[in-house]
Amino acid sequence: MADADGALGALVAIAVGILALAFPFAASGYHIYQGAQVLILAVALLGLNLLTGFNGQISLGHGAFFAIGSYGAAILMVKFGFPYWAAIPLASVVCFIAGFLFGFPALRFGGLYLALATFALAVATPQILSYKGFDALTGGSQGLTLAKPGVPFGIALTPDQWLYLVCLACAAALYWAARNLVRGRIGRALVAIRDQPIAAETMGINAALYKTTCFGVSALYAGVAGGLSTLAVGFVSPESFGLALSLAFLVGIVVGGLASLGGALFGALFIEFVPNIADQLTVSFGDGAKALPGAIYGALLILVMAAMPTGVAGAARAAARALTPSRQPKVETGGVNVAVNYEGKEKSP
Amino acid sequence: MRCAAPISATSEGALKRLAEFLHQLASGLALGGVYAIMALALVMIYQATHLINFAQGEMAMFSTYFAWKLMDLGEPYWFAFFATVIASFIGGVVIERLVVRPFANAPILASVIVFIGLSLIFNSLAGWLYGFSVTSFDSPFNGRPWFGAGYISAHEAGAVVVTLCVLALVYAFFRLTPLGLAMRAAAQNPVSSRLVGIRVGWMLAIGWGLAAAIGSVAGMMAAPIVYLDPNMMGGVLLYAFAGAVLGGIDNPFGAVFGGIAVGVLGNLIGAYVVGDEVKLSVALAIIIAVLVWRPSGLFGRRLVARV
Repeated sequence: MADADGALGALVAIAVGILALAFPFAASGYHIYQGAQVLILAVALLGLNLLTGFNGQISLGHGAFFAIGSYGAAILMVKFGFPYWAAIPLASVVCFIAGFLFGFPALRFGGLYLALATFALAVATPQILSYKGFDALTGGSQGLTLAKPGVPFGIALTPDQWLYLVCLACAAALYWAARNLVRGRIGRALVAIRDQPIAAETMGINAALYKTTCFGVSALYAGVAGGLSTLAVGFVSPESFGLALSLAFLVGIVVGGLASLGGALFGALFIEFVPNIADQLTVSFGDGAKALPGAIYGALLILVMAAMPTGVAGAARAAARALTPSRQPKVETGGVNVAVNYEGKEKSP
Repeated sequence: MRCAAPISATSEGALKRLAEFLHQLASGLALGGVYAIMALALVMIYQATHLINFAQGEMAMFSTYFAWKLMDLGEPYWFAFFATVIASFIGGVVIERLVVRPFANAPILASVIVFIGLSLIFNSLAGWLYGFSVTSFDSPFNGRPWFGAGYISAHEAGAVVVTLCVLALVYAFFRLTPLGLAMRAAAQNPVSSRLVGIRVGWMLAIGWGLAAAIGSVAGMMAAPIVYLDPNMMGGVLLYAFAGAVLGGIDNPFGAVFGGIAVGVLGNLIGAYVVGDEVKLSVALAIIIAVLVWRPSGLFGRRLVARV
């Protein structure tokens, strides 16, 4: 990979990094907040893509793990007085454990059943969060409110800028980790389990361990994103973690590109700004515009699956390949090939 | 003589609790009937295509809004009811032809994503056309409770009757009509069916149409209970999933049994154990428990994969 394609990818990554770093010093307060939201969503999408894109395990309920991270961080900070830099990692470890444990029964579910179980998880999450028995911890349906973290060491930044930079650091570190994960032996094993589960086991891959760990890592990413979102929003309540959130994540990875890490950023930009734009349209077009994000999401899910199953990232990759003259035919590695069966599902002609 | 008063008090309390229990049981049966119809619609599509239709709930919701609109325009209930069933059938066929067919050979992930896309489209379409506010939906079964003592409301009793009618009709259709036989053949053995001249593609489309029509009945029976809004079917669909998984997703009788069972179970556990406000988690628990301990459900065929 250390040829034109890899170099181009590195260049793009550096350019995106510089832009992202410069952004908070050029934009106004609300836009910085939106930028932080995009980074947070990108982290969650990275995690979901590891699970669904690379390992082929369908999760329609990642909002639940996002919620665990969010609530975990909020409870640790509000009820136990932890500082945020300790609360978020702790909450993410809890998420890892939760994901790992959910991964165990998930081993026995086929692809469809996993989709069904995670769907149920997504639908039930707000109810569990507002359960009266947990009121003392979770604040019930009222939720929890917390103060925005201050800027440490007297650095000359606004709290918004500081928060954005924290999110950027987390996103960059987790992107780097995910990239190393999928580029190496582990990534090949994950993809092998997705495409040819039986052959992968024959080759000595411990599919059960890889799948559960992948579930755990994916949940950890969602947990970090949830924790960061608690910081950014300053408020958690059960209603924000419903099915809509989980489905937005799914939309994000599909639009950004299944099994593409760079696509997470596209996906995050998409699911952050489409509802925003629709909100602005409500002002001029009335309440009907509230239906717009759902309609766009739904139509795009179907269109992307029909026309470009590798999403924006795949389209960008194809465009870059068409522009750079290559000496030898490229063999696609790692990237998703949706035409290949995930499950070896047999279909009659 | 001294202890007479306390005893009568406790027995009166016991009677009250018994009445309350019977009421929960009856309304659980009515809800269970709705879940059973939804589960039947899910199984119908599963049997034909080995896919779970995540859009089933939103399709039923949209049909229910259609019926509401007809009644709003002044049509009588039963006209609206049957017009909606027919329109839903046509809609289901059209969806299969336009949206589902192109993904017939796609991997499971692609199909799941397409179904989620469909459900989002129906949800926002309903919100756009009819508004997001909660509306009440008339029931054709009015008046006093049918069976004395108020254990079951007229609508709940009516819903049970409608459920039984739907089940009988579906059973008769698949057992007694040539078309039903052809559909069963197409689902069980598409290749041989094609060889004997059955148009398998159209059988799948009709299957989708029937599932949509059956789902619309479930929506119209659920609407007076859960009220009409674009998200009304979320809980119903979840319980239908639980019912289908419990009974075995490839077995129509199992799905019906499972639907009724989770309806009763959900109501009783909701009322006596965990509280009504976490009823959805009961469905989640049922789904996960069944998948862990008996993935093929109570009556499902155990799948053996050839390696």
